[in-house]
Amino acid sequence: MDTQSFLVQQLINAIFLGSIYALIALGYTMVYGIIELINFAHGELFTSGAFIGIIVLVLLQKFGFVESHFILTMILAFGLAMAYVAVLGVAIEHVAYKPLRNASRLAAILSALGMSIFLSNGMMLSQGVSDRAYPQLLSIRGVTIFDARITYGQIFIIILSIALMVALYAFVKGTKLGKAMRATAQNRTMARMCGIDIDKTIRLTFIIGPALGAAAGVMVGLYYGSVRFDMGFIYMIKAFAAAILGGIGSIPGAMLGGMIIGGVEVLWSAFLPSEWKDVTTFIVLILVLYLKPSGILGEDVAETRV
Amino acid sequence: MAKSDVKKFFVYTVFLGILILPMVGFPTATFHAARAFGVWGVFVGILAIALMVKTLRGTSGYVKFASTVSSLSGGGSSKIKSFNRKYSFSVLALAVMIFPLLANNYMIDVGITCLIYVVLGLGLNIVVGLAGLLDLGYIAFYAVGAYTYSLLNLHFGLSFWACLPIGVGLGAVLGCIIGYPTLKMRGDYLAIVTMGFGEIIRLVLNNWDKLTHGPNGLLGMQKPMLYYPSFGDGGLTWAVFKLKSLPVLYYLIFIIAVLTIIAVNRLDKSRIGRAWVAIREDEVAAELSGVPTTWLKLLAYAMGAAFASVGGAFFAAKLSYTNPNFFIFMESCIVLCIVVLGGVGSIPGIILAGVVLIAVPEVFRELQAYRMLAFGLAMAIMMVLRPEGLIPASRRKRELHAEKPGPAGE
Repeated sequence: MDTQSFLVQQLINAIFLGSIYALIALGYTMVYGIIELINFAHGELFTSGAFIGIIVLVLLQKFGFVESHFILTMILAFGLAMAYVAVLGVAIEHVAYKPLRNASRLAAILSALGMSIFLSNGMMLSQGVSDRAYPQLLSIRGVTIFDARITYGQIFIIILSIALMVALYAFVKGTKLGKAMRATAQNRTMARMCGIDIDKTIRLTFIIGPALGAAAGVMVGLYYGSVRFDMGFIYMIKAFAAAILGGIGSIPGAMLGGMIIGGVEVLWSAFLPSEWKDVTTFIVLILVLYLKPSGILGEDVAETRV
Repeated sequence: MAKSDVKKFFVYTVFLGILILPMVGFPTATFHAARAFGVWGVFVGILAIALMVKTLRGTSGYVKFASTVSSLSGGGSSKIKSFNRKYSFSVLALAVMIFPLLANNYMIDVGITCLIYVVLGLGLNIVVGLAGLLDLGYIAFYAVGAYTYSLLNLHFGLSFWACLPIGVGLGAVLGCIIGYPTLKMRGDYLAIVTMGFGEIIRLVLNNWDKLTHGPNGLLGMQKPMLYYPSFGDGGLTWAVFKLKSLPVLYYLIFIIAVLTIIAVNRLDKSRIGRAWVAIREDEVAAELSGVPTTWLKLLAYAMGAAFASVGGAFFAAKLSYTNPNFFIFMESCIVLCIVVLGGVGSIPGIILAGVVLIAVPEVFRELQAYRMLAFGLAMAIMMVLRPEGLIPASRRKRELHAEKPGPAGE
């Protein structure tokens, strides 16, 4: 393989990985934008989405449904995973975050961390500590562009994640509920005075964010072929780095940040020892926080929020 | 409890029970129905209790109950407290001292682990409890202590006592290195960055094969030794007493723990300790009042790291073995749990929580698997219901139970 096709191949991988990070990062950035809390449990919500995906797919495969109705299978797997995780997200918000909305920030973070530990260990106990194999449904056939191979599975995942992101963007920018979300993020007290139901808006955020995370979880499972109860941790760190890099609270920022983090990681693995690739994410994260804490597209909130 | 509350409570419980049902796992070769449904039962049970408490909150019965509990756990009984304090401390110290004489090796081993975690919890208490800096990568300093001793002992044959100050120094320097870029950050950002630093250290230990032997770890460090003069035929010589048996190691960590308790207690009451609390409460106000916040925050990191490093060196010396998997993120969480459940900033609370959280799962071996599950939930519930911890620090308790809750944010 010559250099050009190698680079194209890496670019495709970067877009693929980046879009997954972006989907998870959106959950962080939306929740942070609206209640200024890092949802530590988001990584676990992502993992539980992957597990719901595996449950649905295995069930459908048993009935031989997958071969006959491939598209319907995918809709069911993604839909159920997203719906379940959205409800779980709302439940977590209700139990662990809502009572602490006016408490000290340390209390809220610790509560979020507690939820994360709880969910991760619950999954470990119920699903086991070993890798769980995902049904191999994505075709390994593909097309060749510039001598680089891109599988139909990758195309499917990239298109789906971009569609989800566009839909989210349209929702937040175009609808009344989206407007309410933006208003709440800007100034909660003022939004309440204008007649926006704050509780409902926050709940909506905890529906959309975890649902996107769950979609990313199913994608990761489908593509890499296995899931593990603790895989959420590393994805969480990376998505968080992406959210910060793009400017926390900013939706296009999370998408951009995800792509950059994905790109850095892929390029690093391509040219440098890949066992150190996770270290690069942390270093990017620390550098961004140190040099430009408001991120690339973030509003200048460094003084108040950092 | 009003009728609508009861209804709401049942609706929520049923709702959450159904919600968690898919998490019981899925029939595969490795699926154990009984275990999976057991997990589910625990989930639902705990959630039901949490919801019940939540629903009951604010009703008159709960308020009465809560005030009884809080008066029992300190606060109200100040008269008896001052009288009992001296005696209870000496009884407790005596009990801890004679424990190895009565217990078997397994129990002593658990005791040693408890005391290591007490040291770690007290060290983290400086960072989280006093200075208010949430550190999620604390276990990294523990790793630094362990690896410093291991490497120096294996390659240069340095003794435990020589390595201890080196490890403490390295830990403190590393604490400052980590602390420096995070000086301007607060709350959530700080948490995530320290978590990142903790993982970097673990990854370095895991990937630097030549130095650390990667995931295989380091093996064969010497136990700590004591030197004492002996008068043999050649005049004065130094004899060596290896601290090899578990009871002796127990006393060593006991002494370390006592020194840590004294040090942290003195720090808490000192000028520095008050300055830390001032930073925790309001950094801008502290800075304006002339508190050198930059130095004190770095000092908090360095001090916390130093205690963890001592604990780590002891841990490596005791096991004669160390590997990077001892220092995963979950360990940081356990230490944080100890600090939070014990009561942020409260020394007796942290000692109690350290002993309870480490010893109780050992006693109920079959519950071991549920340990972290319970920790996590306990942490969330604690924050909602009793943010001041098991034995609250008096200063903090007053803050958290002021007449009116303060406005949002820090």
